[in-house]
Amino acid sequence: MADVTLAVGNEAIAEAAIRAGCRYFFGYPITPQNELPEYMSKRLPEVGGVFVQAESEVAAINMVFGASAAGGRVMTSSSSPGVSLKQEGISYMVGAELPCVIVNMMRAGPGLGGIQPAQSDYYQATRGGGHGDYRCLVYAPASVQEMVDLTGLSFQKADEYRNPVIILGDGMLGQMMEPVQFPEMVQGPFPEKPWATTGRKGGPQRVVTSINLQPDELYQHNLKLQAKYDDMKNRETRSEVWGPRDAEIYVVAYGTMARICQAAVGRAREEGIPCGLVRPITLWPFPDKILEGLPCARAFLAVEMSMGQMVDDVRLAVCGKAPVHFFGRAGGVVPKPGEILEEIRKVARSLEGGGLDG
Amino acid sequence: MDKVFSRPRSIKDTLMHYCPGCTHGIVHRLIAEAVEDMGLEDTTIGIAPVGCAVFAYNYLDFDFIQAAHGRAPAVATGVKRVLPEHTVFTYQGDGDLAAIGTAEIVHAAMRGENITVIFVNNAIYGMTGGQMAPTTLVGQRSTTCQKGREAKVSGYPIRVSEMLSQLDGACYIERVACDTPAHVRAAGKAIRKAFSAQVEERGFSMVEVVATCSTNWGMNPQEALVWLKENMLPAYPLGVYKSWKDAGS
Ligand SMILES: Cc1ncc(C[n+]2csc(CCOP(=O)(O)OP(=O)(O)O)c2C)c(N)n1
Repeated sequence: MADVTLAVGNEAIAEAAIRAGCRYFFGYPITPQNELPEYMSKRLPEVGGVFVQAESEVAAINMVFGASAAGGRVMTSSSSPGVSLKQEGISYMVGAELPCVIVNMMRAGPGLGGIQPAQSDYYQATRGGGHGDYRCLVYAPASVQEMVDLTGLSFQKADEYRNPVIILGDGMLGQMMEPVQFPEMVQGPFPEKPWATTGRKGGPQRVVTSINLQPDELYQHNLKLQAKYDDMKNRETRSEVWGPRDAEIYVVAYGTMARICQAAVGRAREEGIPCGLVRPITLWPFPDKILEGLPCARAFLAVEMSMGQMVDDVRLAVCGKAPVHFFGRAGGVVPKPGEILEEIRKVARSLEGGGLDG
Repeated sequence: MDKVFSRPRSIKDTLMHYCPGCTHGIVHRLIAEAVEDMGLEDTTIGIAPVGCAVFAYNYLDFDFIQAAHGRAPAVATGVKRVLPEHTVFTYQGDGDLAAIGTAEIVHAAMRGENITVIFVNNAIYGMTGGQMAPTTLVGQRSTTCQKGREAKVSGYPIRVSEMLSQLDGACYIERVACDTPAHVRAAGKAIRKAFSAQVEERGFSMVEVVATCSTNWGMNPQEALVWLKENMLPAYPLGVYKSWKDAGS
C-alpha cells in the first residue's frame, strides 16, 4: 500500500496523471489551476515526457489533438475562460474520436469573471460546449483523493471510448490540501491504437479526420458516436447517496458544493428532518436512475455554485414526480452550511404544508 | 524504352477535386517526389488544412491528420513531440496560415518546432468562394472587396516569409512559385531542402509557394499564370529568406 502524503488538488491530479501513464501535457496559464502545469513542467521531463507551454488554449488543445492522433497519452488543464477557447478542439477531437483528458478547475464568470470557485460551466461540460451535438464523459470529484482516483480512471475511459474525458473541479478543490494515497506508477501495457497516425511503416495509410461531406455517411458517424454515448450511459454512471435510502428530502450537489451540503444535511438530520444527499460523480452521464430509485423521496433540493444548471438534469430525472427546489450562489460566492440548512428547512416546511412550490 | 516520367508512388491514382488550372496539384506532386526521393514515405505524417486542400490525404499516400482551420502548426507540434523521429509537415493556405492561424504559425516558428510547413499563397480564400485573404493584394478584387482591396479599410498584404524569417527558431524559409517549369523545379528543390532541414533537426522550415486560383480570380488558367507573374511576384519576391547556413548558429 502506498504511503499517505499531503497534496494540493492541482498537483495531485498532475501526479496521478503521470502515474496513469500520461507523458504529454500542453497548457496555458490561468488561475486557479496553475499548480497543475507547473508541476507537469518539472515532473514530466523526469519520466521521459514532454511539457509544452502553448501560446494559447486554442493551440494547447490542438497540440493535444496532434499528440493523441500520434498515439500519445495526453492531457491539458485550464479554467473556465480557457476552456471556452478549447471548445473548438474538443469538438474536433470527439469528431475524430481521439482520447485525451481535460481538466477544468472552474472559476466564476461570465467573461473574465473572477478567480474564486464556481460551478457555472456545467452546461458547457455536459452539453458539448463546442459545436456539433456531442458528449464527453464528465467526472466531478469532491476530494483530493477522488481527484487522484478519477484521473487514473479518466485516462482509461478516454482510451476505452476514444473520446475526451473532462474532470470538472473548481478553484477550491484545485487549491485545497488533503491527505492522499497515490497509486503505483502504471507501466502499461496500454490499449493498442491501430488507428494512430504513426507513419505507414509499409502498411496502409491512416487518416485522422472529422470531415465528411456526405450527409448519409456523417449521419452514420453520428449514430456510431451516439451508440458510444448510450454505452457510457449504461456503464459509466457514478454517484454516491449519503444518508439513508428512506429520506424524504434529498439535496443534490456535486464537487465542492456536495461537501458543504454534507455538513448541512447532517445538521438537518439532527433537527429531525428526514434528509439525505445525492452526489453525482459523473455529471454526464447524469445519474438519473439513482434519483428515480429513491423510494421515499418527496422533494429535491439542487444546490450549486451557479444560478441553476445541474438543476435541469435533476428535474429531468425526477420528471415531475416530486418538487425540485433550487438554491445557488454565483460569482465566486460559496454557500455556507447554515444557508443550505435554512433552505432544507424551507423545503421541509413546504412538505408539512403539503404545498408544491417547486 | 526507359520510362523517364511517371506518377510518384505516393500520389494516389484517383481524380483530384481541384479546379482546372489550380496549382495545389502541382504542389502535392512536389511533396510526394521530395518525400519519396528522401525515402521518408513510411515515416511522414501530413497535417491537412481547412481550405481547398482539406482532402490532401485523398491524393497523398502518407499518414494524415486533418486539422481545424489554422491550427495545423499546433497539431503538428503535438505529433512531433510524440514522434520526434518522424517527418511532420503541414500544408496550409493563406487564409489558414496568415489569418485564423497566425498565432499558431508564429509560435511554431518561434519555438523552432522541428516541422516543415508548405504554405500555398494564392492571395484568396479559395474553398469558401473567393473572399479576401490577408495576402490579397491592394487593388485586387474579391467577393468581400468587390472594388479591390483598399488599404484604408483592410490593411496591407502580409508577407509571411519575410515576417517569419525574423524569428530565431526558423532555420529555413524560401518563397517559390509554380507558374513556369523552371519555377516548379526550383520549388521542388526548396521543398526537399526544407524536409532535409527537418531530418537534420535544424528547426522550423517553411516553403511559401506563390500559387494561382483561376476560378476565384475570375480568369482562365493561362491568364492566371500571367497575373501571378505580373502582380504577385513583385509583391511577393521569390528567394531564400532564411537558411541555416546564414542563421549564425
Ligand atoms: C473556424 C472556421 N472558420 C471558417 C471556416 C470556413 N473556411 C473554410 S476554408 C476557408 C478559407 C481557406 O482559404 P485558404 O486557407 O486561403 O485556402 P484555399 O481554399 O485558398 O486553398 C474558410 C474561411 C472554417 N472551416 N472554420
